[in-house]
Amino acid sequence: MASTDRSPVLEVRDLVTHYGDTEILHGVNMAVHEGEIMIIMGGSGSGKSTLLRYLLGLGIPTSGNIYILGKDITHLSAMEMHDLRKNMGVAFQGGALLSSMTVGENVQLPLYEHTGLDKKTMQIMARMKLEVVNLGGFENLMPAQLSGGMIKRAAVARAIVMDPKLMFFDEPSAGLDPVVAAELDELILRLRDAMQMTIVVVTHELQSAFKIADRITVLDKGNILMTGTVDEVHASKNERIQSLLNRRPSNEEISADEYMERLTRI
Amino acid sequence: MIFVLEQLGRRTVRAIEEAGYLFALLVEGFFWIICGTFYKQPVRIPSVFAQMMQIGIAAIPIVFVLSFAIGVMLAIQGIHTLKAFGAESQVVVGIAFSVTREFGPLITGILIAGRSGSALAARIGTMQVNQEIDALRVMGINPVRYLIAPALLAMLIMVPTLTFFSDIAGLFGGAVFSGIELGLSFDAYANQSIEVLEVDDIMQGLIKSVVFATIIVMVGVVNGFDVKGGAEGVGRATTRSVVLAISYIVIADMIFTYFLNR
Repeated sequence: MASTDRSPVLEVRDLVTHYGDTEILHGVNMAVHEGEIMIIMGGSGSGKSTLLRYLLGLGIPTSGNIYILGKDITHLSAMEMHDLRKNMGVAFQGGALLSSMTVGENVQLPLYEHTGLDKKTMQIMARMKLEVVNLGGFENLMPAQLSGGMIKRAAVARAIVMDPKLMFFDEPSAGLDPVVAAELDELILRLRDAMQMTIVVVTHELQSAFKIADRITVLDKGNILMTGTVDEVHASKNERIQSLLNRRPSNEEISADEYMERLTRI
Repeated sequence: MIFVLEQLGRRTVRAIEEAGYLFALLVEGFFWIICGTFYKQPVRIPSVFAQMMQIGIAAIPIVFVLSFAIGVMLAIQGIHTLKAFGAESQVVVGIAFSVTREFGPLITGILIAGRSGSALAARIGTMQVNQEIDALRVMGINPVRYLIAPALLAMLIMVPTLTFFSDIAGLFGGAVFSGIELGLSFDAYANQSIEVLEVDDIMQGLIKSVVFATIIVMVGVVNGFDVKGGAEGVGRATTRSVVLAISYIVIADMIFTYFLNR
């Protein structure tokens, strides 16, 4: 488990973002330390996917700063961001493997684009990473031939092929049966322990979150409700957090007119 | 009335935004083609060749068939019209100019817009829906360099090449029908065509084809990147890209024809 004394690998300061005229994140602050697994948890519409997009540098925030490995990505040039991305790995919810390439070619892609390695070496490295995720021997298959769990694991292999320092997972357990989801949880823990990665996981799967988290950040309606260990989150008296933990339905009612107004505002 | 004006204004703003986006992507595409190597992010030659195969080589049979048919149709119409003046033999001149200046580039442009422009929009749109474009970005792979630049380069090479091929197929079609109808030998037809045609005539068609190639790629790409809403969105983008590309090609052709023949 990581110590919070160390300098953060990822730090967010007063992050405010908008979608159209609607403010989505209202001054988010958080820090993820080296070797830590940080879970970003929240219900639907809490802003966790939006937060992830900005952490990945896929959007320009209205205000605030995001420091990754000491660099403020909100002010980096395209070339600086390009270099920084070599130290970041991302496993998307649906895998996002390039469907026109084999699994092996997908895993080799970052090596092909960022290193001058020869083809044979890239193939060996890709095979090694696929073995890490228990997909050794699957390199010649197309993504369409894989199951949902296999696609996610292949996406992890592609994300770790450059040995990134910081790894992001977007809803790793979503749409998977409990056994496959548990395998992915084990894989995330293995990446932290064996490869000393700092890991950020965005999820709403409580069981998975509590199993792998060093700390949890709970997000609700664009605000951070709390950041703490699993025990601290369990002990929280916050009503929204307790609703989330105990799966209590929200009492918020919304009229059709208000719903349509929100939609058109976006 | 206010509603109509509002809609008109909204559409105008959207069209201007789209034009600006298209132009920015085009500039960035050329930037990567020319400067990619200096930034250690070259446009991959194998990708360009793969696109050239899809856009160009695979389209040869259909380009030949359509261009040959256009040549035959021009010969039929030309002979029929000129018969009234007893000048059927002059049909060769009409076919030569029409094919090289107009029909060669136009039929190739329309065909490639329908065949490859739509495929490009569908491919990029599907990648957008499946988060593959985001995946490229977070891997530090610029989507414009990786997806657009190879397609642009391949299209700029293959559309003029296909246009030249289309010219030859069209002239050949005209020669076959003129031979059957007028008893004109192939050698005589070819000699007469070479005699009347100048380099400028061929170049006029080829210049147009370069513009058409750019239109096809950029319209396909802009619509692909703009996809929202899953498979239905991909379908809409594909249809829109074909309709817009063909419309722009025909309008651009008219403008070029006007200025190049003054």
